[in-house]
Amino acid sequence: MTAMSGAALTIGFYFPALAKGAEKILTASAADEMGIELTAWISIDKAGNVTVLNHRSEMGQGSFQAVPQMIAEELEVSLEKIKILFAPGHQGKYGSQLTGGSSTVRGAYKTLLRTGATAREMLIEAAAKKWGVNKDECFAENGEVIHRHTNKKFGYGELVEEAAKLTPPKNVKLKERHNYKIVGKPVPRPDTPMKVNGKAEFGLDKKLPGMLYAVVERNPRFHGKVKSFDDTAAKKIAGVKHVITVKMPVFASTREGVAVIADTLWGAMEARKLLKVEWDDSGFEHVSTEQLYARMKEDLNKPGLSQRTGGNVNAVFEKAGKDKVIEAIYETPYESHSCMEPLTCTAHFHDNQLEVWGPIQAPDWIQSDLMQRFNLPAENVTVNMTFLGGGFGRKAFMDYTTEAALISKEINAPVQVVWTREDDMTQGPFRPGAVYECKAVLNNGRISAFAAKMAAQNMNHQWSPNPDKSAYNDSTTEGFLETYFQSLPHYSFADIPTESPIPVMWWRSVYSSTNGFAYESFMDELATTAAKDPLEFRMNHFSDERYRLLAEKLREVSGWDSKGKNEGYGAAITECFRSIVGQVVKVSKRDNKLKIDKVWAVMDCGWYVNPDTIRAQVEGSIVMALGAATVHETHFADGKAVETNFHQYRMPRISDTPEIEVHIMENDEKPGGVGEPGLPPFAPALCNAIFDLTGKRIRKLPFNLAEV
Amino acid sequence: MPVYNLNINGKTYKVEADAKMPLLWTIRELVHLHGTRYGCGIAQCGACTVLLNGNPVRSCSLPVSAVGKQPVITIEGLSEDNTHPVQQAWIREQVPQCGYCQSGQIMAATALLKRTPNPSDQDIDIAMQGHLCRCGTYPRIRKAIKTAAQMMAQSSR
Repeated sequence: MTAMSGAALTIGFYFPALAKGAEKILTASAADEMGIELTAWISIDKAGNVTVLNHRSEMGQGSFQAVPQMIAEELEVSLEKIKILFAPGHQGKYGSQLTGGSSTVRGAYKTLLRTGATAREMLIEAAAKKWGVNKDECFAENGEVIHRHTNKKFGYGELVEEAAKLTPPKNVKLKERHNYKIVGKPVPRPDTPMKVNGKAEFGLDKKLPGMLYAVVERNPRFHGKVKSFDDTAAKKIAGVKHVITVKMPVFASTREGVAVIADTLWGAMEARKLLKVEWDDSGFEHVSTEQLYARMKEDLNKPGLSQRTGGNVNAVFEKAGKDKVIEAIYETPYESHSCMEPLTCTAHFHDNQLEVWGPIQAPDWIQSDLMQRFNLPAENVTVNMTFLGGGFGRKAFMDYTTEAALISKEINAPVQVVWTREDDMTQGPFRPGAVYECKAVLNNGRISAFAAKMAAQNMNHQWSPNPDKSAYNDSTTEGFLETYFQSLPHYSFADIPTESPIPVMWWRSVYSSTNGFAYESFMDELATTAAKDPLEFRMNHFSDERYRLLAEKLREVSGWDSKGKNEGYGAAITECFRSIVGQVVKVSKRDNKLKIDKVWAVMDCGWYVNPDTIRAQVEGSIVMALGAATVHETHFADGKAVETNFHQYRMPRISDTPEIEVHIMENDEKPGGVGEPGLPPFAPALCNAIFDLTGKRIRKLPFNLAEV
Repeated sequence: MPVYNLNINGKTYKVEADAKMPLLWTIRELVHLHGTRYGCGIAQCGACTVLLNGNPVRSCSLPVSAVGKQPVITIEGLSEDNTHPVQQAWIREQVPQCGYCQSGQIMAATALLKRTPNPSDQDIDIAMQGHLCRCGTYPRIRKAIKTAAQMMAQSSR
């Protein structure tokens, strides 16, 4: 996710880790069982049991593995011996906890390696003191400190009390990469055992004594209020305790709903059906998908705000003349996140204390948000993460947590707010749809000028009632290879913020998820015009060896040069959250039906923690991209989302999924993101492959594979 | 409210529930087994799948009153200690990402393998295509089903 203006967000990072036997994930309240704290992340008890906190959320991407894996490497303990707990939200203790922007490893790897090394050095120093020897004579291994000459040993548990009294060393030496025992290895995920027996705790699994259940009928339009409601019938259902109006923030505006609160979930759900509500949505524009896209296309006539320019594209276009300017318009859809786990939040407000539990992507941010809204100091607000049944950006928002806290305060009881699938799918925020205009001029088979304009809703403008609309979107170049800028003499990337009342937000790989389709489809169109091989054409614009190596690898593993008859091959390479991913898609037609035969992906994310997680994330990104390219889209009619559940918002199935082969580049570049960068290249690679096979150019997503 | 004696994972649970209450919420809220997940409520995603008489059913759309004496197996009933071959295969192939849909996936795969011990790709497609996974773990699900089939064949030899 990108940083947002108007809300103080830094980019955090992204991954998972856990230990065998850690059957139950405990949160803040488990602090007593953790032993003595050596660093913000590491506690050890006197028996030598090591507890590592995962300060990031685990939504499938693998922080539950990656955070402990890095810490364990430097701490010199085996991963199996570590108990992993989620850290609560904390203002500053762990740095950013916003699990977005594929940032868990790339944003915190140095901190996490250092925290492991710091604890290790403190334990070594404590042992040296006990033995009365120089600490240089001692080393740590497998949870023990060993005196080199005598082979005397202390377990960490015997040292932790002394170690905790020491001043943490300022400069610790980190291990060389070739000495790693677990980082860089495909060690199994510690959360897998509890995800195959049902024991992993997700949002709905949190139960509190005396907890009530709430379901909320919210205004179906995104900023509407409640005019009136009739709860006579609803209140006749057994167990219904309260029916109240509740507010929920939607960025700078508010949506109201009617909450039905009962002592059973089923009771609350049944009673909700009997509610009669009159809505007030005055001032809210009842837009439709058709209107929104017409508006975006109209907006492309405006010059836009230029984010990044070099040379003078307009002069080149003018000089070349209209016939020489290659132009294309691309359209990408609005999308729902549709995590398999619908939203939910459990809250308990009592005695000026507020505690929340749930699938939360940004616990520190949620904490500060609740502190402000309820006027409470940090020590009175506890935010606990459960496992997340998917996140993709949606669960970094604060609407559902605020609403749950408001209900708990109002009814003075612990409450679990349960969102139905319909609530989750229709109420947004959504990935913004976008329309792109790409223009270029070629000279001797190379691009001499490249201009892109994006018309789309600007996510940043929603956070203030009076946003500064002269600010750049800061995202029109997302997805575009950094190396291209060195070889393009003239370029311009501009955006036009389209006005719309639909709430929009980060969706896996954010603007890259749509930019990548436009730019990498256009690259292919340019290659065709230049009569060049599409991969070769791209490589002619690389000025950096790193990109060339990735393209060569892609060419080699995909068999790009040995394409068979009646096969279509398409390539795309994008850059997202500091990782470069190239993909080749192979398609063919059998019985006049288009089939995706195989996808090859090459990921260059630099220094990495777990190659199996990388492969899993790229596989998953490709499947999600397949959905957004060929199956699903959120439409709007009369100011409401049209698709309400999976019978309308259809997702890819196992039978739709092609074979996927993932390769990882080995180098010593800084770590890049892993959870998201695999998504953007798929749609353009697929459409480029279809063009290669059929000559048909697809410029609008989603499209129906069966109709190609 | 009516009282039901449900046979879940080989134990009898006496519950008092509205006849219309789906088996999903009965299992989660009254029997307190949380491994069966709510995904859509309209039998479209498969996250809530349990075995009823050995057959995979969508517990979100089955009223508790329709269960009767038929035995129900949930994810918790597969094994005490993750030793069921399907669980073992899921671990070996590192299938789950977020994990939310996996209880349903595993129950469907268990039923498939019982019926078809050596499933083809097409058998897998047919048995599993009603099970959505937003994380996109499908390639590993396919692999794990084949691994489980091998493990089961070896242990029965």
